[in-house]
Formats: sequence, structure tokens, C-alpha cells
Amino acid sequence: MAVDLFERPTRQGSSPGQQPGRGSKQRERRWRVTARLEDRGRPSRSLVVALVLACLSLMTLDSAAGDSSPVEPVRRAVGEVLGPIEVGAAAVVRPFVAVPSWFRTHGDLRGEIGDLQAENARLRTEVNTADYDRNRLREYDGLTRAAEDLGYSLVPARVVGLGPAQSFSSTVTIDAGSQSGLRPDMTVLNNDGLVGRVVRVTRTTATVLLIVDADSVVGGRVGSSMELGSVEGRGQLGSTGRLDLELIDSSEVPNRDDAVVTWGSEGGAPYVAGVPIGRVTAVYSSLRETAQRAVVEPYVDFAALDLVGVVVPSGTASDRAVIEADGSVR
Amino acid sequence: MNPGRTVAAVLAVVAALVLQLTVFSHVSWAGVVPNLVLLVVVATGLVRGAQPAMVLGFVAGVLLDLAPPADHVAGRWALALVVVGYVAGRVRQDVRPTAGSVVATVAASSFVGTSVFALTGIVLQDPALGVGEVLQVVAIGVFWDVLLTPFVLPLVMGTFRRLEPARATA
Repeated sequence: MAVDLFERPTRQGSSPGQQPGRGSKQRERRWRVTARLEDRGRPSRSLVVALVLACLSLMTLDSAAGDSSPVEPVRRAVGEVLGPIEVGAAAVVRPFVAVPSWFRTHGDLRGEIGDLQAENARLRTEVNTADYDRNRLREYDGLTRAAEDLGYSLVPARVVGLGPAQSFSSTVTIDAGSQSGLRPDMTVLNNDGLVGRVVRVTRTTATVLLIVDADSVVGGRVGSSMELGSVEGRGQLGSTGRLDLELIDSSEVPNRDDAVVTWGSEGGAPYVAGVPIGRVTAVYSSLRETAQRAVVEPYVDFAALDLVGVVVPSGTASDRAVIEADGSVR
Repeated sequence: MNPGRTVAAVLAVVAALVLQLTVFSHVSWAGVVPNLVLLVVVATGLVRGAQPAMVLGFVAGVLLDLAPPADHVAGRWALALVVVGYVAGRVRQDVRPTAGSVVATVAASSFVGTSVFALTGIVLQDPALGVGEVLQVVAIGVFWDVLLTPFVLPLVMGTFRRLEPARATA
């Protein structure tokens, strides 16, 4: 009814004067409609105030109380409902994501083999030529072996949702939750290195804060000199995502390509020790800052995260296969 | 409130949210994905005016604040999408929106929405970020949203319009 009334005057306007007798009636009706539509377009002042106040009080509730925020149970409840939907949607989408890789040509693959061979040769030269490098590698290997010896197991999980960069936080959802033995403050890694830590779990999903997030701080250790420092994210995802390493000893200058591994916290929460984080690509020092600031390129490609492992204590009960420290699957 | 329309609007928001988090994360550009939830709110504003759009914006924003990967202070997207609902709903209601005006509304809404979200982040110091990075994200966001407009807006607006006569006679 309303649509009819509102379209008639336009038609009337395109052929004026054809029905002069009904013109005044038309205009009258149009006025009424326009007035109603304007009413419809303008929201009532009380509603605007109510909605804005609701937003502000929600923010105050959530930001003032921190981790014990009253919003946290609601967040969890929403996660319990939306988590399985996200897992389902990701399972549907996963086969289609692989489609572009079917169309890679023979020449493409040949080129990649050439690149890999060249890289292999370069790495072999690096390892063989310098004693210094060899020492560094031994130390680095020792650290990773130490992590294996800690007796932790890994729960495998897949990334099902990625927080949009519009939210300015780098978080992902994984498809393992408290049913799989996950709890907040557990280390998440993949076969390249450290991914992040679990901040929140529901029954079937968990939210992971990536180390590239601007809020993330990881205790780091330079593999060659054993120097300690803190690794902070910059909030940038993708191939340009970098981390900043600030060493406690400001006189220490890390070398280019030095490996940075996690320092580790007591009890392995939130980060277990010895997980590779990235390599140093540049070092900056300024007169204003007392500390050196090294730029670290993470080993993990955060734009293409898929399979990750969550570090759980050995013997954790889980609804899925757990990879034990010795490599066996339970 | 017509229950059929309310259910349709909430379903559209949930579908947009899940698509945005799981499907479009595979095609993200520097982590920025098309903000489908915002597009649904804009469509509501264009078809049904500011008041329903603001209410839907609030609901959609709270969902976006609480759905799993989100880790920022709750209420920030809610405020941003309430403002988006207001902006989109204030576009002239007495003429059917043309393609140009829809695209302009989407671009303006996307810019305003992401900016309001970033501004609340600066006020609350949620993550400490530089202006340059924020502007880059806002720009890519506007690009994505405008790119997706021809595919999403006609569909959502058409659905809402089809449900509209039921409301007029009720």
C-alpha cells in the first residue's frame, strides 16, 4: 500500500497534465506519504540515547573489570553457539580453498624445485662454512630438544575463523576446545614455530591470540647469545607482519639471522620454553631509547595458518588423537 | 515488531558473521575482510530507515564483539554499527535508492564504521596503534565493502523489500 502511494506521484510527474482533475488529490496524498516517510527515516531521540548508552555501558563493564569481566560468561555462551557453526562452515569451505593449487603447471613446480634446491645449497653453505653458525645451530637445537624433553604433548587443531583486521586485533578460532583438554594460557605452535596462546575456550572451540597482535608480549631468548628480551607484536598480519625484540641487556646487539626462541614461563603457561619464534632481520637503536630494538621476522606465515598444535601436559584426556613428546600418537 | 522480519534480519546477520569469519578469511587482503555484517545493517537502513537499522546495528555489533575470535572490549562494534545504522537510515527515503547512491552509502558507512571502531580503540587504548595503520585498514575495508556491494546489497535489500508489504498491511 505504502509503495503504491509513493510510486504514483513519480509516474504522474513524468506525464504532467494528463489528468488535471485528480492533480490536487494526488498532491495531497503525496504530502501525507512524504511526511510519513520522513517520520520513518528519523529515529526517536530516546532510542538513539538508549542505544548509545547501552554501547558505552557495555564498554565500561568490559574494560573496567578486565579478565573477571561480567561480559565474559556472555562471550563464552555466544562462543558455545557460534563456535560449532564456524567449525561447520570452515569444513565446508576447506576443499574449495585447495582448488587454486590444482591448477599449478609443470613449469611452476619445476621452478619451485629449482628455488628450493638453491635455498638448500645456500643453507648448507651457511652451516658448513662458519664455526660460529655451527655453534649457534647446536645451541638452538639443544633448546628445541629441551622443549621436547619437557614432556609436553600436542593436541592438533585447525584454524576455522580469522578475526578481521578491521577489529585491529589478531585472533583466530581453532576447532578444539575444553573437550579436547584445552584451557586458557596454553601455547599454540605449528611446524614452523610459535603461533600464539589460548585466551579463551568453549566446549568445542578456542580463541588464540597470535604473537603478531599488538597486545601480545612473549618472553624471548636469542639463540646464539642466550640473551633475554621481550618480543612484541605490531598488529600486522600477512607477509609484512613483524615482531619487535627488546633485549634486557641494552649493550647486547643481536646478529642478523639470529634465531629467537621462547624464554618460557613457570609451569609452561602461557608459553613453554624453546619454541622458535623468528629470526632477527634488522637492529635499530635510538638515542632516546635506552634499549636496542631488533626486528624479528616470524617463522610462521600467519596469513596462511591452518594446522596448529596446542601444547598440553602429557597424559591430558582428549576427545581426539594426542601427539606425545616422543612423536607417537595416542 | 513483525517476527518474520526480525528473524530474517537476525538470520542475515548471523550468516554474514559466519561467512566473514570463516570463508572470507581465505581471501583477506592484509588481514582485512569484507565487512558483510556492516553491509546487512546498511541494507536495513536503506530499505527500512534509521530506527530499525540502529537496533539491528546494535544487535549485530554485540554479536561481532562476542563471537569467538573477538578479543577486544565488547560494545565497540555495537557503537560503530549503531552509528552506521543512523548514517545509512538518513539517506533520502522518499526515492528508491539508485545504484550510485547505494555504493556511496556503503562507502560512507564503511568509512564511518571502521573509523568509529578505531577511535573507540584509541580512547580505550585497547591496542596501541598508529594512525597510518588505521587509515590503511579503513581504506582497504572501504574497497572490499564497495567491491562486495553489487553481490550482497541487492540480495539483502530485495529480501527485506519482499517482507515489507506484510508490515504495511499489518
